[in-house]
Amino acid sequence: MYRIAMKQELVPHINLFEFSAKEIASKTKPGQFIILRIDENGERIPLTIADADIEKGTITVVCHEVGKSTKQLGSLKEGECILDLLGPLGKPAVIEKVGTVLCVGGGVMVAPLYFQAKAFHEAGNKVIGVIGARTESNIIFEDEMQETCDDLYVATDDGTKGCKGLGFLKELLKERKINRVIVMGPVITMKTVSELTRPHGIRTIVNLIPIMVDGMGMCGACRVTVGGKTMFACVDGPDFDGHQVDFEELMARMKMFIAQEKLAFVFHQEGGRKL
Amino acid sequence: MSKPKPKIKKEVVPMCKQDPKQRGRNFNEVAKGYTQEQVVAEAERCLQCAKAPCIQGCPVEVDIPAFIQLIKERRFDEAIKKVKEKNSLPAICGRVCPQEEQCQANCTMGKVGDPVSVGRLERFLADWERKQGYGIPDKSASTGSRVAIVGAGPAGLTAAADLAKLGYEVVVFEALHKPGGVLIYGIPEFRLPKKIVEAEAGFIEKLGVTIKMNVMIGRLYTVDELLEQFDAVFIGTGAGLPRFMRIPGENLCGVYSANEFLIRVNLMKAYDFPRSDTPVFVGEKVAVIGGGNTAMDSARCALRLGGKEVTIVYRRSRQEMPVRAEEVENAEEEGIILELLTNPRRLIGNGRGWVKAMECIRMSLGEPDASGRRRPIPIEGSEFTMDVDTVIIAIGRTPNPIIQQTTEGLEVTKWGTIVTDDNGKTSIQGVYAGGDIVTGQATVISAMGAGKKAAKAIHQYLMKK
Repeated sequence: MYRIAMKQELVPHINLFEFSAKEIASKTKPGQFIILRIDENGERIPLTIADADIEKGTITVVCHEVGKSTKQLGSLKEGECILDLLGPLGKPAVIEKVGTVLCVGGGVMVAPLYFQAKAFHEAGNKVIGVIGARTESNIIFEDEMQETCDDLYVATDDGTKGCKGLGFLKELLKERKINRVIVMGPVITMKTVSELTRPHGIRTIVNLIPIMVDGMGMCGACRVTVGGKTMFACVDGPDFDGHQVDFEELMARMKMFIAQEKLAFVFHQEGGRKL
Repeated sequence: MSKPKPKIKKEVVPMCKQDPKQRGRNFNEVAKGYTQEQVVAEAERCLQCAKAPCIQGCPVEVDIPAFIQLIKERRFDEAIKKVKEKNSLPAICGRVCPQEEQCQANCTMGKVGDPVSVGRLERFLADWERKQGYGIPDKSASTGSRVAIVGAGPAGLTAAADLAKLGYEVVVFEALHKPGGVLIYGIPEFRLPKKIVEAEAGFIEKLGVTIKMNVMIGRLYTVDELLEQFDAVFIGTGAGLPRFMRIPGENLCGVYSANEFLIRVNLMKAYDFPRSDTPVFVGEKVAVIGGGNTAMDSARCALRLGGKEVTIVYRRSRQEMPVRAEEVENAEEEGIILELLTNPRRLIGNGRGWVKAMECIRMSLGEPDASGRRRPIPIEGSEFTMDVDTVIIAIGRTPNPIIQQTTEGLEVTKWGTIVTDDNGKTSIQGVYAGGDIVTGQATVISAMGAGKKAAKAIHQYLMKK
């Protein structure tokens, strides 16, 4: 059992959790993820690690309530426990001094992006941050990113805060000398940014968490085509070269269980396991 | 004059099974096991051969004639103790061992009729014992040494049990959330109920073994770090990586590796979705590629999950199928279709990312290849297309690579398996390995045999140290 040492609602339906997991915390590096299971009937949920505190012995994840399981996780309180927690999984992000790093994050993935932005900053890079959300009220980790980044841009899909959409990156990429781009967010965001950086030839790293089950290379559910080759996001990634990823295939694969996900959501809303 | 001996029956005592029509719709165990009368009747068929050729066929050298003799005398308690002297997982082995290629292949009765059904006898004893409640077997005094086991599959659990009995403090590290390895994620409920795996793993904990779940060695700790805290390490991480065919369309939706499909269904209990949170999709026309136990297990799960037409597509003929004989019979009874001497060429999408058809080619058999089986050769011009909405690829598994990648100085073959001597000793002092991680994909019982040998070797190594 793994205790929720701290829980904080960042914005409605997006929660930050600190789990007591001393051993995992001491080994975690930016870019890695965990898999958790809430209870005996629970599915294995992969979440990218947003921070690790070795002294407190905690790891941080941020989770958006989108389906049955994430909603259930969101209903747990501080002090309560989850059944299983496995990690750290995946290869750590390559953190090195390259000059200027553009870190682009969307939705809940801004939280783990902050973990990387911090590491790039500490490695002596100039860090330009871009954080986005659907609308103003969904923006998370703005203060943290503000503190870490040399420059920070905010973007929303509906234009309620900052720039409307990511179109402004086109200009930014022309104006500034950028040596590395990190993108973490919805697949469509990672695809858009990768397409924008491609003509500039800037190395662009995307962090992929497709559908996965075991997270240790056994099931192959998370397979993605990268540079024409099939890779497993869980063990070969989760970081990949955004210019090589087949995003269309990835987006199709992410929808494989959409009908079942809806069914589970409705089933549990209607009394679930009592049936 | 001696009494005339009673005539020995040539035919095996049949075992009750669930009706094929009924069982094709549920996940309950197919084979129901022997009754006390049946088990004694089957035991009576054993000739008690002095040379006991059956023992030579057993990778863990169970004293088969001795335990069968005890069954004849209805001394079940002593009989199971006799089995457990060598085999710590008898309820599992009685169900999933390929006995027809091992103990039963050597049985003298097999020359005049059916061999004695050693597996069913073993299963009866294990089930009988589980109902009575496990006794705790004798253990040696503590040696004061500690051994770490990586992977709670058949090899790791066997090594753990043997080392615990020898007086070692044993900690097993398992990456998944339940112990059992392939027994829990791979073999379906209807062939090996999970409560049996849990009970046998529970028995090993009763021996004093600690099993730590959710620990992935290579990520959370390295083997080197384990060596700082333990006197020896055994690696039994298995062959858990799925192989794909590398044909176009393999990443379409509706296409699974057998591993993904079976992990969803078995470990994650997707057959109970949505009560269980993990979903699985099974369409109407399911093709399973491969001819082994995993292929058969996948096909039979797909049938039970609502597949209307479930077809095994295998490139060789029936004779070369590596599946356990009893399971292919069970599958056919349930209505699984075999499309033999057929190989997929490409998977065709519906334009929205989902598989809708599979192009195949007919094969003929040539000369035997390196595996000893006749090599399949495509018959040009025989291409045809079958409609499918679910494809499960069950063409084998390769070794888990994480330990090899994260352990400096560990000698590895070009296939990714760990190099050991006959007793499981690796290139690093104090580090042993066994099971599929050494041999490549093989059977549960051969992995158990390797775990046993390594336990013995670790004991010898630590006694000298």
